[in-house]
Amino acid sequence: MNTLLNKKKEPIDKLAATAGGGRSLAGEAIRRMARSPVAIIGAVITALFVLLAIFAPLLAPKDPFDRALQDQVQLGRGIIPGAMPGYPLGVDDFGRDFLSRLIVGAQQTLLVGVVATLIGVSVGMIIGVLAGAFGGWVDTMLMRFVDVLLSVPSLLLAISVAALFAKPNQWTVIIAVSIVSVPIFARLLRGAMLAQRDADHVLAATSLGVKRRTVVLRHMLPNSLGPVIVQATLTLATSIIEAAALSFLGLGDPDPSRAEWGLMLGKAARQFLDIRPELAYYPAIAIIIVALGFTLLGESMREALDPKNRR
Amino acid sequence: MLRFIVRRLLQAIPTLLILSILVFAWLRALPGGPAGAMLGDKATPEKIANLNHILGLDQPIYLQYIKFLGRVLTGDFGNSLISTQPVVQEVIDFLPATIELSFAALFIAVGLGIPLGYLAARFRGGIIDNLTIIVTLVGVAVPVFFLGYLLQNNLAEPLGLPSQGRLTTGLDATDVTGFAVLDGILTQEWDVVWDALRHLVLPAITLATIPLAVITRITRASVLDVLNEDFIRTAQSKGLAEQTIRGRHVLRNALLPVATTIGLQTGLLLGGAVLTERVFTFRGLGFLLAEGIERKDYPRLQALILLGALVYVLVNMLVDVSYGLIDPRVRVR
Repeated sequence: MNTLLNKKKEPIDKLAATAGGGRSLAGEAIRRMARSPVAIIGAVITALFVLLAIFAPLLAPKDPFDRALQDQVQLGRGIIPGAMPGYPLGVDDFGRDFLSRLIVGAQQTLLVGVVATLIGVSVGMIIGVLAGAFGGWVDTMLMRFVDVLLSVPSLLLAISVAALFAKPNQWTVIIAVSIVSVPIFARLLRGAMLAQRDADHVLAATSLGVKRRTVVLRHMLPNSLGPVIVQATLTLATSIIEAAALSFLGLGDPDPSRAEWGLMLGKAARQFLDIRPELAYYPAIAIIIVALGFTLLGESMREALDPKNRR
Repeated sequence: MLRFIVRRLLQAIPTLLILSILVFAWLRALPGGPAGAMLGDKATPEKIANLNHILGLDQPIYLQYIKFLGRVLTGDFGNSLISTQPVVQEVIDFLPATIELSFAALFIAVGLGIPLGYLAARFRGGIIDNLTIIVTLVGVAVPVFFLGYLLQNNLAEPLGLPSQGRLTTGLDATDVTGFAVLDGILTQEWDVVWDALRHLVLPAITLATIPLAVITRITRASVLDVLNEDFIRTAQSKGLAEQTIRGRHVLRNALLPVATTIGLQTGLLLGGAVLTERVFTFRGLGFLLAEGIERKDYPRLQALILLGALVYVLVNMLVDVSYGLIDPRVRVR
C-alpha cells in the first residue's frame, strides 16, 4: 500500500521540483548564504567545533584524565601551576593537562548542546503540531501549559527543574536546559501550523482525500521546518551558555572527571579566579566562540529563509 | 480602555492558577518530599512523619493543594532554612536591592539600545551598523557571570569602583525604604547616594548586556521595517519635514515591538540577577536564590520561583496594557 502511494507521488514531486524554474526556497537560501561572509564565518566555526569534538581523543596531546602534576597543586595554599613546557595552558585543580581537557571538552559540550536542543525541539514539536493541527480544546489546553512555562523566567525554570534531582549529573543539566526551549518550539510550530491550515496546498491535499495525519506530517510539518532549524541553531548556543550558568550556581555535574566547557568555566569562576583566572578564561573563550558561531549561522539562515529578502 | 485592562487581568488568572499547581507539584517531587526538603540534613523517618502530620501532608491531595493555595495567597511560605526567618520577610528585605539593580540595568539597556538601534537602521550598512551588529552578537554569546567577573577583576581597580556589595561597610546609612539610593536622597545623605550609585555601576553593566543586545537588535529591525512602510513614503511625498517624519512616524511606530521586548527582558533580568548578584555579592533576591540553591533551602526557592513568575506575568500584562495605550488598534482585538 505504501509503495503504491509512493509510486503515485513520485511524478507529482518531480513536477513540483521542476516548477518555478527549480528555485526552491531552501536551494536559494543556501545560495544566498554562500554569498554572505557572516554565514560563512558561522558555518566555519560550527564545522571546526564539530570536527574538534569528533576527533578530540586523537587531537589531545596528553591524557585528559591523568592527574600527572597533582603533587604540584596545593589548593590549600592557593597554588595551581601555570603554563610550562609540555603544558601550554597549564593544569587544572587535579593536575591534569588543561589543553587536553579543553579539547576533549568540546565533545561533552557539543553533546550537552545537541541533546538539550533535540529534546527541546522534539517535545516542543509534538506540543506545537498537536495544538496547531487539531485546534479547539486541545490547542487551548496545550497552549495554556506552554504559557505557564513561558511565564517563568528561563533561568529560573532551568534552576527549578535542576533542583528536583537529589544528585545532579550531566543528564539533569541537559534536561533542565532543554525544558527552557520547549515552549519556544511549541509556539513556533503551532504558529506555522495555523498559518498553513487554510493554505492552498493543504486544501488541495485534503480535497484529494489524503488522510489528516498524512497532511499534517507530510505536507504541513516539512513546510514549517525552516524556522525550526533556525531556532534550533540559536538554541544550541543558549543551551551551552545556560549549562555553564547552572554549573556556576552549583547545579552542574559534580563528577570531577567530566570535561565540559560550561562545567570547567563554572567551577573555575567559583573557585579558582583568584588563584589562576586562566582556568576560567580558556573555557569562556571557547564557549563564546562556539556560541557566536552557532548564532551567526542561525541568524544568517533566518535572513536567507526570510521570503521578504527573496528577490 | 478599562474593559481592555480588566480582560487582560482576568486572562492572567488561569496562568497563575496552573503555575501554582506546578509549584505545588514541584514541591512534592523534591528529593525526600517537602518534609525531607524542609528538614534538610536533620531528616529522620520519625521527624519526617511528624512534620508530614503537622504540615497536613497525610491529608487528601486536593485538600493539601487548597491549603497550599490559601497559604500562598496569605503570603505564608514557611521559614528559610538558612536564616530561620519567614521567607516573606527575607523577600521584603532583599527585594529593593534587586529592583534597584534591575532599574539601573534597564536604564542602561534602553537608554543605549534604542538610540544605537535607531542609528544603525538609519545608516544601514555603515560603520555604526556593523559595529552594532558585532556588539549585539558578542553580547549574547558571553556568559553573564563570566562578564561579571571580567569587569570585577579588570575594571573595578583601575576605575576605583567597588566590586562587592551594595554599600561600603561602616557607612552610616539610614534605612527608610530599603532602596539605598532613594534612602540617601530622602535623608539627604549625599555620600550614601554617591556610594550606592558607585556600587551599582559594574553589576548594572553586567546585567544590562543581554537586554542591551536584544533591545538594540529589535529597535534596528523595527525601524528598518517601518522605513519601508507606505505611510513613510506618503509622509515624505506630502513634504513633511524630515524631523517630523523621524519623530512622529518612524520612531513612534517602531517603538511598539520594542516595548514588548522590554517586557520580555524583565524575565531575563530576573534570571541574570541571580548570576550577577552572586558574582558581586549584591544582596538582592538573586543572591538569596543563589544561596538557596547552594544550601538546598527549598522553602526559599519555592517562594522565589513563584514570585519570579508572578512578577514576570504582571510586567508582561503591564506591557500589554501600555501597548493598548500607545496603539489603539490593539484594544479592539
